Amino acid sequence: MLEASNLECVRGERSLFADVSFRLDGGEMLYLQGTNGSGKTSLLRMLCALTPAVSGEILWRGTPIGKLGEEFRSQLCYLGHQNAIKEELTPLENLLSAARLAQAALDEDAALDALALVGLRGREDLACRYLSQGQKRRAALARLVNEKRPLWVLDEPYVALDPAAVELVAGLIGAHLQAGGLAVLTTHQTVAVPAGAVRGLWLGDGDATQRSR
Amino acid sequence: MTDRVINWFKYASPQTFYPLAGKLIPWFWALAALFGIAGLVIGFLIAPTDAQQGEGYRIIFLHVPASWMSMFLYLVMAFWAGIGLAFNIRLSGMMASALAPTGALFAFLSLWTGALWGKPMWGTWWVWDARLTSELILLFLYIGFIALQAAIDDPRRADKAGAILALVGVVNIPIIYFSVKWWNTLHQGASVSLTKAPSMAAMMLWGMLLCALGCWMYSIAVGLMRVRAIMLERERHTDWVRELLAGKE
Amino acid sequence: MLILLRAVIGRDLRLAMRRQADIVAAAFFFIIVVSLFPLGVGPEPDQLRRMAPGVLWVAALLATMLSLPRLFADDHRDGTLEQLALAPQPLALIVLGKVIAHWLVAGLPLVVLAPVLGIQFDLSQDALAVLTVSLLIGTPALSGIGAIGAALTLGVRGGGVLLSLLVLPLYIPVLIFGAGAVDATVSGLGPQAHLSLLGALALGGVFFAPWPTAAALRVALE
Repeated sequence: MLEASNLECVRGERSLFADVSFRLDGGEMLYLQGTNGSGKTSLLRMLCALTPAVSGEILWRGTPIGKLGEEFRSQLCYLGHQNAIKEELTPLENLLSAARLAQAALDEDAALDALALVGLRGREDLACRYLSQGQKRRAALARLVNEKRPLWVLDEPYVALDPAAVELVAGLIGAHLQAGGLAVLTTHQTVAVPAGAVRGLWLGDGDATQRSR
Repeated sequence: MTDRVINWFKYASPQTFYPLAGKLIPWFWALAALFGIAGLVIGFLIAPTDAQQGEGYRIIFLHVPASWMSMFLYLVMAFWAGIGLAFNIRLSGMMASALAPTGALFAFLSLWTGALWGKPMWGTWWVWDARLTSELILLFLYIGFIALQAAIDDPRRADKAGAILALVGVVNIPIIYFSVKWWNTLHQGASVSLTKAPSMAAMMLWGMLLCALGCWMYSIAVGLMRVRAIMLERERHTDWVRELLAGKE
Repeated sequence: MLILLRAVIGRDLRLAMRRQADIVAAAFFFIIVVSLFPLGVGPEPDQLRRMAPGVLWVAALLATMLSLPRLFADDHRDGTLEQLALAPQPLALIVLGKVIAHWLVAGLPLVVLAPVLGIQFDLSQDALAVLTVSLLIGTPALSGIGAIGAALTLGVRGGGVLLSLLVLPLYIPVLIFGAGAVDATVSGLGPQAHLSLLGALALGGVFFAPWPTAAALRVALE
């Protein structure tokens, strides 16, 4: 479903990686690993069509993602390095407005349930600037609870989370894979995901090697 | 036809354009000198003295071509910028950045010579004449373009951002010119027109055209030189530049 | 489409309400700049009356400039802008929503304040009315055109100063027709021609500017 061939990334004047190719089908997850500065985030942003690849192409169901445009974006859920959480708004408002902008149907009860699930019960009405780093990350991850889009692209989803929350997120990803979804994620922690086939991709030293586990 | 298409794309790559530009530059310099000298000789020695404006009018041989070039170069710059944005060609973006300083220079020259002309004609260095005001705004637009490109570190992003700005500017230039003209007529009535001297002798026209041609050739020569420098700077890590520099040493 | 537009406007307005200090600061900037002019040029009513349209309009341009850098910068910093760019809708539409919200927060207060400040300059009732109407029509254009500059200078060194360098020349037509409308009323010519041209500029500014703005935002996000 998601196919990348011979991707090359140049940042400034340095080539971060070249000839990165992989293929991901429904129910599969791609673990993107590599040293700091090896281009993991850049690759994720390429997969979202935020950054154009210097060379190579990315196909979604056989069509280049650049051509699909909005059609591709409606299949995609991206969780970036930054939380995309507004400090002035409460977690509930953040979740609801994110859903509205993404044109996803989400009523207040479902949103409250999602926040309770990620452990923010009782914090729904507190402006996000009073939350800790980990709680903000949880507020951002609450989007995944009711997320029905097939392709998840997650940049360091486990960062700043405590072990229980890591478990929870891994469970969410597992359920997503079991439902036939795809996930691409970067992480420095190896966390077992309860279901789905896992592929690994190592970025670093200018070239990439794919290995399966 | 197919041959030509292939050729165009061949020259769109910096690697092949660099030596071609190198060969062309001396020719354009020679033409610039030729036209420029001929135009100035006609303008300052042969063209008759103007009945109304005396000898002072002779500044139009610099002023008018400079104004023309400043406007025309903005269009050319926007054209290259648009091509670069639409087809993602590196060379186009470089061309746009290479032309901007020349355009700004001409806009500045036009303002300066306009002021020099205004002193004997109107008795002041500066008049809020519609043309002068528009020229000033054009200079601001050039400076904005150059400043934006200078502020962005990544050349690819600088090219794209500059291209968007240049295109927005091109759409706005007629609106700005029209509004300034409207403002001008409301506020001070008709002023002395700079370009339409009451009776333009044929010799004057020839002098002006030759000077304009000289400015064209100069712009092309300088543009090519600058684009070569930009190429070397941006592509200094590529093999062809390394080979080129190694060959020179 | 309208749902999305409403969602964007609603979100931005809610954010602005949580940071009312910014709105108040921009409004006071407008008041202070306008009030400085009589101190600079002297209190003769005739001269002030002649200067009023230009002074108020220039102050309106500057006050708008003050609030423009934050139009996209906050969203850029916390990652929300990426989410907006990835929404399954044209980014230009979202930009349009943000421009409308910016106008409601930054432009509308100027329109409301203008007649009060006009009194300081001894403007006649007609002139005050035309001044208010011209600002009402013209300030949306300022938000629209300004958005292009805000997007182009997003995350750029010295963005604020650069923004004014890019945007102020493009504001000139709005300034000319806006201040011109009041001038024309004072001199008895009638403001219709100016106001309709101003309206054309505003329509163009609000509905065409989102496209280059969206393109510039995508460049900034690369």
